[in-house]
Amino acid sequence: MLRLLFFMLIVRPVVLVVLGLNVRHRERLPSRGPAIIAANHNSHLDTMVLMTLFPWGVLRRVRPVAAGDYFLRNRLIAWFALRIIGIIPIDRSGSTPRERLLDDVVAALQNGEIVIIFPEGTRGEPERLQRFKSGLYHLCARVPEVPVVPVFLHGLGKALPRGEALLVPFFCDVFVGEPLPWCEERDAFMQALAGRMQALAAEGHFAEWE
Amino acid sequence: MNVSVHPNVMLAIGGILGILVVASVVVWALRRARPGADLGELSSRVRSWWVMVAVFTVALLLNRAVSLAFFCLVSFLAFKEYLSLIPTRRADRRVLFWAYLAIPVQYVWIGYRWYGMFIIWIPVYAFLFLPLRMVLIGRTEGFLRAAGTIHWGLMTTVFSISHVAFLLVLPRSEAGAGVGGPALVLYLVFLTQFNDVAQYIWGKLLGRHRAVPTVSPGKTIEGLLGGLATTVLLAWLLAPLLSPLNTLESLSAGVLIGLAGFIGDVVVSALKRDLGVKDSGSLLPGHGGILDRLDSLTYTAPLFFHYVKYMHY
Repeated sequence: MLRLLFFMLIVRPVVLVVLGLNVRHRERLPSRGPAIIAANHNSHLDTMVLMTLFPWGVLRRVRPVAAGDYFLRNRLIAWFALRIIGIIPIDRSGSTPRERLLDDVVAALQNGEIVIIFPEGTRGEPERLQRFKSGLYHLCARVPEVPVVPVFLHGLGKALPRGEALLVPFFCDVFVGEPLPWCEERDAFMQALAGRMQALAAEGHFAEWE
Repeated sequence: MNVSVHPNVMLAIGGILGILVVASVVVWALRRARPGADLGELSSRVRSWWVMVAVFTVALLLNRAVSLAFFCLVSFLAFKEYLSLIPTRRADRRVLFWAYLAIPVQYVWIGYRWYGMFIIWIPVYAFLFLPLRMVLIGRTEGFLRAAGTIHWGLMTTVFSISHVAFLLVLPRSEAGAGVGGPALVLYLVFLTQFNDVAQYIWGKLLGRHRAVPTVSPGKTIEGLLGGLATTVLLAWLLAPLLSPLNTLESLSAGVLIGLAGFIGDVVVSALKRDLGVKDSGSLLPGHGGILDRLDSLTYTAPLFFHYVKYMHY
């Protein structure tokens, strides 16, 4: 309930009026889970924008995967991240054994939820695509039947880059790609994902921002 | 609903809705006559017109605060679209934030009908302050381009467009129909938008000679002149209903709006061509972005405002 109110009163107005989205190929978004949304990561706003793309009925089944060390660092933020946003925390510290790391994500997918993943692993330099980490591959290996929908985001790193608290309005682009076919070869799978992202990025015309 | 809405304003809005009904019927008839033809763009264009007219009408009639908030939002959306389109410097984030803040302030001056401040707020204070803020950041590379482009955007999307809002708060005039600001806003906005449509239609029907081939190859001399004639005629017909203008004044207003509308259109076309984009955005299906719709108004609004003000206020 609180989650719905937060999205209705704060997230949607900010994302749709203060920012404003230019969405291409919206019809490629999955209307139901299980599904994985793989997007590039520039800003805290990325998650909010991706969640705004889904209708109210689907929204409560959308779960962003996020760094536990960052979002569970104190009780207030943890409550907000887990209860309001509904993140699935991932332990980046290395204390969880590798094979158990993705258990919660797999469980969410088996439960028919839509999971948002940022394969770059971090927001990094704004508006620069970084190398994708292979966590997504290890996840897909466990649930190969779940579709992976790549989404390219642009402009959110301009509006609210890492390390900045002031939001400056810009229109943002959201380009949804075709689902990525599963492939057991790790490098081929990761290359296919990177290729999809670059093709999506090439669809847009982006103003220079130095 | 605002009880003081002049019956002439209601009449004019009824007329606009009538035109939209005709446009929708024409699209429907075209689709029946030629089932295979691709009318997607035309029909989404007409549908967007319905939405724009509905929002504009409600905003205009509800009350003054809502009307001003609406024009403030229009300026904000246009300025945001502009900043998203042009090259900007990462270092200028805070400068852009200050530039955004100038928008609501400009509309507050209008709310107080403080003409002196309204007319210098952006051309003087914002113009002087933003470069100072940039100096405090200290990055000189690309300084002139950034200062120039940011201010050009404020002048076009905020200063120019806000003249429509100041037209709205003008008191009822002595001359003519004695109608107030909302009628003048309707007169200006309707003539500007209809001028665009008329130029397009005349250009499609008779267009031969390109007017500005390197900037906007679709624009023709025939379209410009046909649109101008249509606008002058409508300006003369509507003036007794919506304005204090007499016959000669209304004919001149028609010429002013017809020509200025064309210039505003091609100026924004030149901007888009420079940036290598076809549309300024995707906010209005069938039209493009909000700047694609406001382009003519950025020229007609200040020119028509000062014309009316000089003549009657």
